[in-house]
Amino acid sequence: MYIVVVGGGKVGYYLTKSLLAEGNEVVLTEKEKNRAAELAEELGESVAIRGDGCEASFLAQVGTERADAFVAVTGDDEDNLVSCQMAKVKFAVPRTIARVNNPKNQAIFGRLGIDVTVSATNMLLALIEQEIPRHAMVNLISLKQAGMEIVEVEIPNPSPVAGKRLRDIGLDRDMHISVVLRGDETVTPSADTELLPGDKVYALIREAKENEFRALLVGDAVPAFSR
Amino acid sequence: MKLVILGCGRVGSTLATMMDSNGHDVTVVDRNSEAFRRLGEGFKGKTLIGEGVDEDVLRKAGIEHADAFCATTEGDNRNIMASQVVQTMFSVPKVITRIYDPLREQSYRELGLQTVCPTVMGANAIREMLES
Repeated sequence: MYIVVVGGGKVGYYLTKSLLAEGNEVVLTEKEKNRAAELAEELGESVAIRGDGCEASFLAQVGTERADAFVAVTGDDEDNLVSCQMAKVKFAVPRTIARVNNPKNQAIFGRLGIDVTVSATNMLLALIEQEIPRHAMVNLISLKQAGMEIVEVEIPNPSPVAGKRLRDIGLDRDMHISVVLRGDETVTPSADTELLPGDKVYALIREAKENEFRALLVGDAVPAFSR
Repeated sequence: MKLVILGCGRVGSTLATMMDSNGHDVTVVDRNSEAFRRLGEGFKGKTLIGEGVDEDVLRKAGIEHADAFCATTEGDNRNIMASQVVQTMFSVPKVITRIYDPLREQSYRELGLQTVCPTVMGANAIREMLES
């Protein structure tokens, strides 16, 4: 894949290194002169390029029109928004991903056409919530344009679905269980798969069905499970 | 009309003063309280300290009942983002965005923002003077 990363801070730097290590073609753009020089010295001048990732002419220079993905991870939400919108509108990049610093912007970015948003704040919140039994369901990622989300649910004990087969628990077409983790084992679910307390269920569901899905798997009782 | 202006720099404060003395209901938002000194003594409108891309700040400024919004901060991208937030989340009838960078201005005009580019306007004015 060819990936353009905008913003040579820590996030952009480590992301670029990881993407390169996986064999991708990556360009990392950085606006600030000294930082850009530092990055070029380490990553090479063909990878780290100095320029403003919000400027269409610069984005054209780095070949944005052939990018498979475009990732904006600067520390400024407004810059990440404009970069991704340029990539989307001017260069028709199929997948634009923006880092969001103010968690409130996550919803707004989705409405403004950004495919995927990542908020460290929201992720940390989610991780904290994971430790609190009251929130038995954790939203892992939002696919805003599709109106879907990927969630993790740990089946509590007791649970209304424990010992039941998936075909019998009342899932609808907006709730797709993709994988079940049982201890170290990965279970690819079929209609006959039985859920057990302690199972971790990963599912793609419609956002509007979030509460319904949680109630199906967890019930209304406060689940007391330990990790 | 009820007008919210984001950014109390030279343009924002001049516009705020003009609209205020023309009898409009003006609220100016800036993240730096010092900036409001530009408004002068006679300004009767409201001032609010805060980040204009934050929807809570915009709400506090009365954006839900505003007839118009102008983004005149120093930052093109901040103006663009604030204007898009106001346009999509609050459906304010008139939203005007100042963008210095002519290329970016063109892009966002095509995307449906009502834009003003002082760079192009200034250059044009000078060119006309030169050629007349």
